[in-house]
Amino acid sequence: MDKFWNDLAEVFASDRYLEEFLTGTWESLYSTVIATVVAFLLGLALAVLLVAGERSGVRPLPGPLMKVVNILINILRSVPFLILMLFVTPLSLILLGTQIGTVASIPPLVVAAAPFVARLVETSLREVDPGVIEAAQAMGCTPFQIIRKVILPECLPSLISCFTTAFITILGYGAMAGAIGGGGLGKIAINYGYHRYNLAVCLVATVLIVILVQIAQAIGSYLSARVDHQGKTRKVRYRVRLNDPARQEETT
Amino acid sequence: MIELRHISKVFPTAEGELRALDDINLIIRDGDVFGIVGMSGAGKSTLVRCINLLERPTQGQVLIDGQDLCALPERELIRKRRSIAMIFQQFNLLMQRTCLKNICFPMEIAGVKPAQARQRALEYLDIVGLPDKAGAYPAQLSGGQRQRIAIARALASDPKILLCDEATSALDPKTTRDILRLIQDINRRLGITVVVITHEMGVVEEICSHVAILDHGVLQEAGTVEEIFSNPKTEAGRRLVYPDGVAIDQLPATNVIRVAFQGGSSYEPLIASLAIDCGVKANILGADTRNVNGQAFGSMLLGLPDDPDQIARAMNYIKNQPNVTVEEVGEGHG
Ligand SMILES: Nc1ncnc2c1ncn2[C@@H]1O[C@H](COP(=O)(O)OP(=O)(O)OP(=O)(O)O)[C@@H](O)[C@H]1O
Ligand SMILES: [Mg+2]
Repeated sequence: MDKFWNDLAEVFASDRYLEEFLTGTWESLYSTVIATVVAFLLGLALAVLLVAGERSGVRPLPGPLMKVVNILINILRSVPFLILMLFVTPLSLILLGTQIGTVASIPPLVVAAAPFVARLVETSLREVDPGVIEAAQAMGCTPFQIIRKVILPECLPSLISCFTTAFITILGYGAMAGAIGGGGLGKIAINYGYHRYNLAVCLVATVLIVILVQIAQAIGSYLSARVDHQGKTRKVRYRVRLNDPARQEETT
Repeated sequence: MIELRHISKVFPTAEGELRALDDINLIIRDGDVFGIVGMSGAGKSTLVRCINLLERPTQGQVLIDGQDLCALPERELIRKRRSIAMIFQQFNLLMQRTCLKNICFPMEIAGVKPAQARQRALEYLDIVGLPDKAGAYPAQLSGGQRQRIAIARALASDPKILLCDEATSALDPKTTRDILRLIQDINRRLGITVVVITHEMGVVEEICSHVAILDHGVLQEAGTVEEIFSNPKTEAGRRLVYPDGVAIDQLPATNVIRVAFQGGSSYEPLIASLAIDCGVKANILGADTRNVNGQAFGSMLLGLPDDPDQIARAMNYIKNQPNVTVEEVGEGHG
């Protein structure tokens, strides 16, 4: 137990650790942001395909095609992340010329997260009121206009929530990626905690990850509520105009 | 002019085919306010959705100004829909857009320049009486206000036809009346043909010039509101026009007559003079008169004494009254 306290004291005392944690946090952050953005865009595209392309969707696509996409997503989702990562690292080699390091961990993260995001976003796209879509069709919207001007804007608040969830999930995956050649806080935690029995460093790295998650969730929740005008999550603000003639009449 | 020719719609369901519409033929002329009434499940929504082909009929033709919509390629159809506006029971506004942006929406779709669209949207806000709600979101409005915004949005596409599917069914009676006034006003001022789907006869009474009665997917009868209200010819029509009326099957067979009023006179003097002039004491079994466009319409079921002579006298007397028709209803059901 003494070793733990000594280690902990050293973590806060030495510049070397500070620098390592700063780099780790930065690596975790940028790899997660890049992977989340790419995975989200891919997942969003897949989700739109799934929702718009089904038989009762706004732009029905051939049934067999939809089946293939569905099965593909299910397969990718059911393979455990660590195993998927082993399969996908060669892709990093082709795309980025390297198999190890922070950047190299991005493609596997994307491949692992995109199908998950697709299902997440699919659910939220399906929550758009069918009546509103029908109204848009009646107004003479093309399928593309319905997707771009009705479906996506109407579920913007929940898309932001999906993005937040994706970010947090990918941050978690990224920590796992640290175990097999990735960088970031995950790597620090594994290196010190597992290989060198330095639990203090491991603990600090973990706390940093937790803090990142908390911050991400707070920002995500705030933005989601901020853009939502449906009225359920946000208090309706009434503007009272003092020079409103109707009001003056009432008071006199 | 909207012309529906032999429209049928069959839905495949788990329990087999469901014939929601059966060989509907209907003509709606320009400038009419045309009501389509029927009980729940009669196929009203399906029928109105066939007019803009949100629902493709299994058979038949939808002609608008002589052009068969079913024959149009998808692209043309989408363009055509822009001249057929629609409002709904649940308003179906875009919740993440302000009222002004909602009204701009159809113009945005049609490629109107933003500044011009905004200008026109403000005018439509004025027409529907909500000039101060431009920046409000639909969630901040009451049901009646939302429907006004939906109407403004419908007008924004400069339509020739306005389809209303139960547009007032989610509103209270007073708001319903206001919205119906607005629709009537729009019909008169802008000459837009209005098709009103409803299950409430009150709505038809309030604004329609013509009405069609739909029952179980079959068009029972159609005509001017005066015709149908004063003398519904079909069982379904009678059930809708006189929901509280006496069930004819339960009446004594041969001595019941239906007297229909087509404007003008009220029924009390008739009953009184029937007793005084003819010495026939009639028993009122059921009555329902309505005030349509300032005239009295309605009908009444009379039970007459079981005496062929008195019945003949009564029939003869009533037949000679102005604006009144009479028929024996006992026979057909005996
Ligand atoms: N997409 C569909 N698939 C299967 N059956 C349908 C479909 N749409 C409508 N129906 C059936 O068609 C019939 C007519 O429905 P419709 O919605 O047109 O009735 P309605 O007259 O508008 O009733 P309400 O007054 O309750 O709105 C109903 O029996 C309904 O179950
Ligand atoms: Mg309906």
